[in-house]
Amino acid sequence: MKKVLSKYLRPYYGRMLMGFVIKFIGTIMDLCLPWILAYMIDTVIPQSRRNDIFIWGFVMLVCSVLALTFNVIANRVASRVARDTTETIRHDLFEKVMWLSNAKTDAFTKPSLISRLTTDTYNVHQMLGRVQRLGVRAPILVIGGILVTLTLDPVLTLVLVSVMPVTTFVTYYFSRKSIPMYNALQRAVDQFVRLLREDIARIRVIKALSKTGYEEQKYDTLNKKVVTLERKADVTMAVVNPATNLFLNLGLVLVVLVGAYRVNQGSSEVGKILAFLTYFTIILNAMINISKMFVIISKAVASANRIMEVIEVSDEMLPKLCEKLAEDEAYIRFDHVTFSYQSTEAEPNLTDISFSLIKGETLGIIGATGSGKSTLAALLMRFYDIDQGNIYIEGEDIRTMPTGRLREKFGVVFQNDTIFEDSIAENVRMGRTLSEEDIKRAIGHAKAKEFVEEAGRGYDNHINIRGANLSGGQKQRILIARALAAQPDILILDDSSSALDYKTDAALRHELAEHFADTTKLIIAQRVSSILHADRIMVLEDGKMIGYGTHEELLECCEVYREIRDSQM
Amino acid sequence: MAEGQKKYEKPKNRKGTILRLGSYMIQYKYLVLLALGLTIGSNLLALVGPMLSGYAIDAIEPSAGKVDFARVFYYAGLMVVFYVVSSILSYILAVLMIHISRKVVYQMRKDVFTHLMELPVGYFDTHQTGDIISRISYDIDTVNTSLANDLIQILTTLITVVGAFAMMIVISPKLILIFVFTVPLSVILTKLITGKTRPLFRLRSRRLGELNGFVEEMISGQKTLKAYHQEENTINKFDGKNEEAVEAYYRAEYYGSVVGPTVNFVNNLSLALVSMFGALLFLAGQMRIGSISSFILYSRKFSGPINEAANIMSELQSALAAAERVFHMIDEPVEAADNENALELANVAGDVLLENVSFGYTKEQTIIKKLNLHAAPGKLVAIVGPTGAGKTTLINLLMRFYDVDDGKICVDNHGIRDVTRASLRRAYAMVLQDTWLFEGTVFENIAYGKQGATLEEVTAAAKAAKIHSYIKRLPQGYDTVLTDEGTNISKGQKQLLTIARAMLLDAPMLILDEATSNVDTRTEQQIQQAMRKLMEHKTCFVIAHRLSTIQNADVILVVNHGEIVEQGTHGELMEREGFYYQMYRAQFE
Repeated sequence: MKKVLSKYLRPYYGRMLMGFVIKFIGTIMDLCLPWILAYMIDTVIPQSRRNDIFIWGFVMLVCSVLALTFNVIANRVASRVARDTTETIRHDLFEKVMWLSNAKTDAFTKPSLISRLTTDTYNVHQMLGRVQRLGVRAPILVIGGILVTLTLDPVLTLVLVSVMPVTTFVTYYFSRKSIPMYNALQRAVDQFVRLLREDIARIRVIKALSKTGYEEQKYDTLNKKVVTLERKADVTMAVVNPATNLFLNLGLVLVVLVGAYRVNQGSSEVGKILAFLTYFTIILNAMINISKMFVIISKAVASANRIMEVIEVSDEMLPKLCEKLAEDEAYIRFDHVTFSYQSTEAEPNLTDISFSLIKGETLGIIGATGSGKSTLAALLMRFYDIDQGNIYIEGEDIRTMPTGRLREKFGVVFQNDTIFEDSIAENVRMGRTLSEEDIKRAIGHAKAKEFVEEAGRGYDNHINIRGANLSGGQKQRILIARALAAQPDILILDDSSSALDYKTDAALRHELAEHFADTTKLIIAQRVSSILHADRIMVLEDGKMIGYGTHEELLECCEVYREIRDSQM
Repeated sequence: MAEGQKKYEKPKNRKGTILRLGSYMIQYKYLVLLALGLTIGSNLLALVGPMLSGYAIDAIEPSAGKVDFARVFYYAGLMVVFYVVSSILSYILAVLMIHISRKVVYQMRKDVFTHLMELPVGYFDTHQTGDIISRISYDIDTVNTSLANDLIQILTTLITVVGAFAMMIVISPKLILIFVFTVPLSVILTKLITGKTRPLFRLRSRRLGELNGFVEEMISGQKTLKAYHQEENTINKFDGKNEEAVEAYYRAEYYGSVVGPTVNFVNNLSLALVSMFGALLFLAGQMRIGSISSFILYSRKFSGPINEAANIMSELQSALAAAERVFHMIDEPVEAADNENALELANVAGDVLLENVSFGYTKEQTIIKKLNLHAAPGKLVAIVGPTGAGKTTLINLLMRFYDVDDGKICVDNHGIRDVTRASLRRAYAMVLQDTWLFEGTVFENIAYGKQGATLEEVTAAAKAAKIHSYIKRLPQGYDTVLTDEGTNISKGQKQLLTIARAMLLDAPMLILDEATSNVDTRTEQQIQQAMRKLMEHKTCFVIAHRLSTIQNADVILVVNHGEIVEQGTHGELMEREGFYYQMYRAQFE
């Protein structure tokens, strides 16, 4: 929370100050009115000066207009500051999330990141606006009220002020107590978001298995949890308001009692006590507004902390100092690479992988489900940093390259790749500077031309959320077109022809051989036929290389490869 | 039911929205009445306080040395009692309102979700997940905050205004005339401003929903974005959405916050008028000075709560806009209800018949054209064909995720529109190309389709699906919590888990849509036996590209462009040397 203030509000201190000054003037104008009124009743009216009545009436009118103008302007300034601050916070948070390493994303979890970006930034926005709008008037009224009562009777003022520490303590205590509760609430909201996302994405399965009742129950549990936590936090904060009210009113009773003694002694007058009571009402209302603000702030503090937690997480994939291998003839080289997703695991996910490829060569990777094929591709693109060994591209350790420069070399299709809700052309373009020609050519290479052109509006045809209006094979071909569109130096296809029929698959391989001869290719596949013609084939099992060579070599010396081949022929 | 819904269908109908919100409150009418009573009680007590302090001061009045301490103490004691009671009442009131609003929110969230589950799958294909989430969390929250705080404020305003108005009439009916001018003025101004701001609040909710939709989609696809080095571009796009969202928020908030000062202005105006005319009346000898001052005191009392109420107008507006979005979703048409005399499919033999079935997701594009197919009980029907030929669509129709445009599908001679959806879908076990795990333990994920499955059954299924040894290697075995986006499980492993899930189901019909496309062929072979057992005595629909897996099918349908181009057993089709033959040969090229 402090960080939000110091980091994000600092640029607006000037504007906020201006806003406060304007609001201050507006509030003073507001407060002038009762003062003029008292003057009229006490002084002007008894003197029966008709003209003066009109003059003072007019002054009141002017004050009202000024109060309106200044308050509106001040609100505008406040809303602007809240807008700009929130925009920056949200931008920074999203930027951080976009650049967050996969390991950290896994740790925060996606649903949590989503709710931090949405509900948490919203809470902060709301707080910033409200506190600025309410936060000036109330303190002015309290301080002003106390100052005026001091001139009336300092002793009585001290009596009144003596209860303030108690109310302050109560407000502080309960706000402190509620912050962790709001924290817990936001965590429950994370779970809520997670369940909704899961259920929406898998609605077909839920319906097919008639599990709507079950999902409703699960949802109900979470719904109850969120509601209970909300209630707990709110009920805790509900004490503050009546308590403030009570203590101040008790202070008032004290004022009456002490006042009685002082009047009896002749050191005060009844009129003063009366006036005192009027000002007291103003102070009381202002104090209640201040305590309301604390409720809003407590809720936002929990959210602000969650936002800052992400923004400030140290997440650097440190670039290593340059360590170029002298004149490496290999384009890609893995040198004794070992890696685990979690250090707690007994067996590394990949153990001691070494191989090298010359530019334009094709590596086929085959192996049982879960043997580490996709992990290998993720490491080459540096989604995770390896534990041991080195990975070189053109003799450069990939950790010495900025990730942007590294990943520019790639065209990739993941196993569970994402189709965005956009046109076909935009899905292929992926924000890169590619011409229409490039995109059409890529779609042609990916053997997607026919169905794309058949579809209503061709390349501008809109793809539904998660590619729902495409078949599995169509989706894969769009993804392949995306990977090919920028003529990548390295192409990774991770099981990306699983939904293609053999004919299309074969045609695709043909295209790759013909038009992408300079591209170094990593092809992960289940079918031997997909990698049969690769220059090198790697056989993985439990994260270890148990075979490496050409198709013929492997048939001769790698039993597992032979078994795989036999299972498919 | 349908009529009741129609009443609210008109979007952007403010009265309808308020009525519907009211109908949520009505369920707790006794609690609401209690809250009403408490509000009146605590407000009356608050009015008593100043009166008591007045009496206490009267007792001080006699001045120095003659203060009546007995009376002072008496009234001071009473004040303490009243203030304590009033505070307790307002605390109870606050807690009560929190309870009521939570109940309403709970109910609303529940209603929305229940409705969501009944929506046709097509809804989710065209609506951003993030926007749906935004409605369920943020929009309902906004409604709720407003319910908890603003209602009380409105009630308080009403009570004080009515009370103060009565007192002012008693003091000076003439001066009241000023309010005949100022009250309508403030009403008109408020209406004018809120009329302007309503669309702004609507826009605010919508923009926030769009932003959330974007965030959800981009974070889901984060890995792809990184791979194409699109971080900067995405951040730029986000900035655009972000700016739209905060700008919409700013405009709504700014215009909304004009209401407060405006009403305040009208109050000040009436104060100035009251003092001027009051003074004139005094000069004309028609009013005492004491009356002017108490009239003014009451009119101040009057303006305080009105001010507060005006300040919350913007909150009310945003709550209404949010409620509209929630109700809009609740009003989305659900999957057409089952026929009134729809049958519960029971003891399904598994005889499936498709007659002249035509279907397209949109009117322009027909995916399936006049398809005829008969699958006798226990037969294995394989569906092959190039991608995009309509194979997955066929499954959507069999499961009745979509209704056919033309023609008819029958199970055991019952048209599937004449049976309940739940019983139809229960009759199928299904393993899809897109796997699904939810955050939960391995055990829960496998047992998902069968309630009360034992660990033995689950283990047996996992063993048959050749996923048992993988599970054993996990840190907590069957109790390991999996997440769908977890890094540590491959797509093939997920498929094996879903196969194990299907094995636990005892459905008479089975759909395998590329069920093993990401499983390596050796493992696939190892699970063949279990698969065959799974398929035994069941009518099976199998979609596969690896033609080796379907050679033993009773009938192979070759589909192209939504039509069956060939039909027969593997042997027959090979002999024919047609489309199938070419596809088969392509595997070895």
